[in-house]
Amino acid sequence: MSKGQSVYVRPLDLKHGRVDMSHGSGGRASAQLIETVFAALLDNEYLRQGNDGAVLPLPPANSRLVMSTDAHVVSPLFFPGGDIGSLSVHGTVNDLAMMGAHPLWLSASFILEEGFALCDLQRIVSSMAQAAKAAGVAIVTGDTKVVERGKGDGVYISTTGVGYVQGVTSPSGDRARAGDAILLSGTIGDHGMAIMSQREGLQFESDIESDSAALHELVAVMLATGADIHVLRDPTRGGLATTLNEIARQSGVGMVLDEGSIPVHRQVVAACEFLGLDPLYIANEGKLIAVCAEADAEQLINAMHAHPLAPLAAVIGTVIADDACFVQMKTKLGGKRMVDWLNGDQLPRIC
Amino acid sequence: MKYVDEFRDGALAQNLTESIALEAKSSRTYRLMEFCGGHTHALSRYGLLGMLPANVQMIHGPGCPVCVLPIGRIDLAIRLALEHDVILCSYGDCLRVPASNQMSLLKAKARGGDVRMVYSALDALKIATNNPTRQVVFFAIGFETTTPPTASIIRQARVARLTNFSVLCNHVLTLPAMEAILTQPGEVPLQGLVGPAHVSTVIGSQSYQSITNRFNKPIVISGFEPLDLLQGILMLLRQVNEGRAEVENEFTRAVTLAGNRKAQALVHEVFEVRDSFEWRGLGSLPFSGLKIRVAFAEFDAELRYPDLIYTNVPDHKACECGAILRGEKRPQDCKIFGTVCTPDNPIGSCMVSSEGACAAHYTYGRFSEVKWAS
Ligand code: SF4
Repeated sequence: MSKGQSVYVRPLDLKHGRVDMSHGSGGRASAQLIETVFAALLDNEYLRQGNDGAVLPLPPANSRLVMSTDAHVVSPLFFPGGDIGSLSVHGTVNDLAMMGAHPLWLSASFILEEGFALCDLQRIVSSMAQAAKAAGVAIVTGDTKVVERGKGDGVYISTTGVGYVQGVTSPSGDRARAGDAILLSGTIGDHGMAIMSQREGLQFESDIESDSAALHELVAVMLATGADIHVLRDPTRGGLATTLNEIARQSGVGMVLDEGSIPVHRQVVAACEFLGLDPLYIANEGKLIAVCAEADAEQLINAMHAHPLAPLAAVIGTVIADDACFVQMKTKLGGKRMVDWLNGDQLPRIC
Repeated sequence: MKYVDEFRDGALAQNLTESIALEAKSSRTYRLMEFCGGHTHALSRYGLLGMLPANVQMIHGPGCPVCVLPIGRIDLAIRLALEHDVILCSYGDCLRVPASNQMSLLKAKARGGDVRMVYSALDALKIATNNPTRQVVFFAIGFETTTPPTASIIRQARVARLTNFSVLCNHVLTLPAMEAILTQPGEVPLQGLVGPAHVSTVIGSQSYQSITNRFNKPIVISGFEPLDLLQGILMLLRQVNEGRAEVENEFTRAVTLAGNRKAQALVHEVFEVRDSFEWRGLGSLPFSGLKIRVAFAEFDAELRYPDLIYTNVPDHKACECGAILRGEKRPQDCKIFGTVCTPDNPIGSCMVSSEGACAAHYTYGRFSEVKWAS
């Protein structure tokens, strides 16, 4: 829309206005919403062209493209340490980073619920813009649809990312080998418990903050050590336990963890205790698991400690040969138990 | 969380397991039952079973509220949700328990029943207050720990004059179940019992005196923390070796002789003992369950919906939950354990609740049955 026309358009009331069906109709109201919220906040040279897609330059020669997508639904939309906007950027950037990739561009689609407050939308989009800027990626194309009231949870955001990897080998879930060391970049359960502390019916006092963060720079630092990182994964949904089981199955190996070496914030332990949950199964949004040859573990840990996102990085266990692909854990007490896949949903206990 | 860590100290645990090993005489086998599902869970979760000498065997007891609930009771809740169009509120654990005709509360929900998971009894009351045009039923289950909160919401519902709220009461009592376990005919005898933690805070340690007197078996009330449990097991071994059969209290930081009298009074005001109640595994036990007193009849779902008549439904043919709850079998003795029956597709109730013996063994313990390659 050119400047000449906008004098005749009633400006969007970002303070008190709400999303209505016309914002998704593709007409003038849609254009206005896109211009005043999305284009204004996410601004970059590709978006500015206002086309249906973005024409992008090729990545460096001899590199390979990596692409990943992630849909984000979270309740509440705003939580200590982040919101659905920053989460939708970090989630996809991290998916790329776990492939060892350098992230370049994101696309974003928004499903808005009729009646959603425009000020909240603005807050979410500016948080996305901030997260993207901090991560050095651009949101180059997007889409918005509106669903009737009652058919969505305020806003859903789906993001797709493109990045590139250099070199021939990249980390992959099937490369864990017996004898490898298992590394974790920091405390577990912070994101899930930050969310849970805000849920209706559960609200409890805590200052647990989500760990939502973009991990690609940490990954770059780790790759720069020259260590051959066999596997990289971020333990999001299902937590550390589920992600380790996925790796074990994909690689056809077992694992033995040492409970005492897994970092957890005291508050997270306390809240889990109170609700009858296990931090091993609670979601993270800014942590990574790396599997590497035992000999490479020390230099990787040193490199991680030097990065602000991983001061508490630790070796938490070893990979063993096991056809049953069990993940076992030496408990702090000196006993041994299995760390199984998440069964259904973790439910707070009643007794 | 200093408090929790104190009770999970590896060095202390080492000392305790050494003492247990010294106390356990190699010439005999000790069969001890942890009555409570919370203990079953803790034994597996902290890997304690592997730290005990081979001749100290822990037998899992029936103290898991979800496990002992018979199919027929869940059927009633499902009928309320599907045929009476109520908002059926239930603790999360009950939602996945298999009922008749391959149903469960979760499946009833998928078929359009308004089934809601609540974290506390109070949540159910709030739902009733916020939905004045709908009938709301709380599916109340549990031993003496969850009974006082149910009593409390019934009293609050009376004060608030709610006409759209009722409770389907399935509360059960610990002592009759213990008696039933100890009077079973023809089964390898137990040498002692680990008494429940939370239940005992309510009913008090003196309640178990009648059991030790009658059956001449020691009971040690123990906390849910792993060190509590190890300490409780050690105390039991000492009693067995010394030929004593007393009620001992390891969990003195929470359990008193008389228990919580306020909670007891509240429960007494709202509930009375049923003539008999059906348990999964233990069958119909006299004076083992609670019902709502006539004075609070308007909040009794069984009276409000008179067509809700309990019928006994046999368990799945292959399911050994009954024998497991009686302490006669172990989860791995069930032919369909881990194959047909898994936590994702439970056939019996012991695979549903995290306190169930099958779920605990599947989740934490089953690796111990496999020979290692390295
Ligand atoms: S494994 Fe399943 S079917 Fe077998 S006893 Fe346990 S719950 Fe019942």
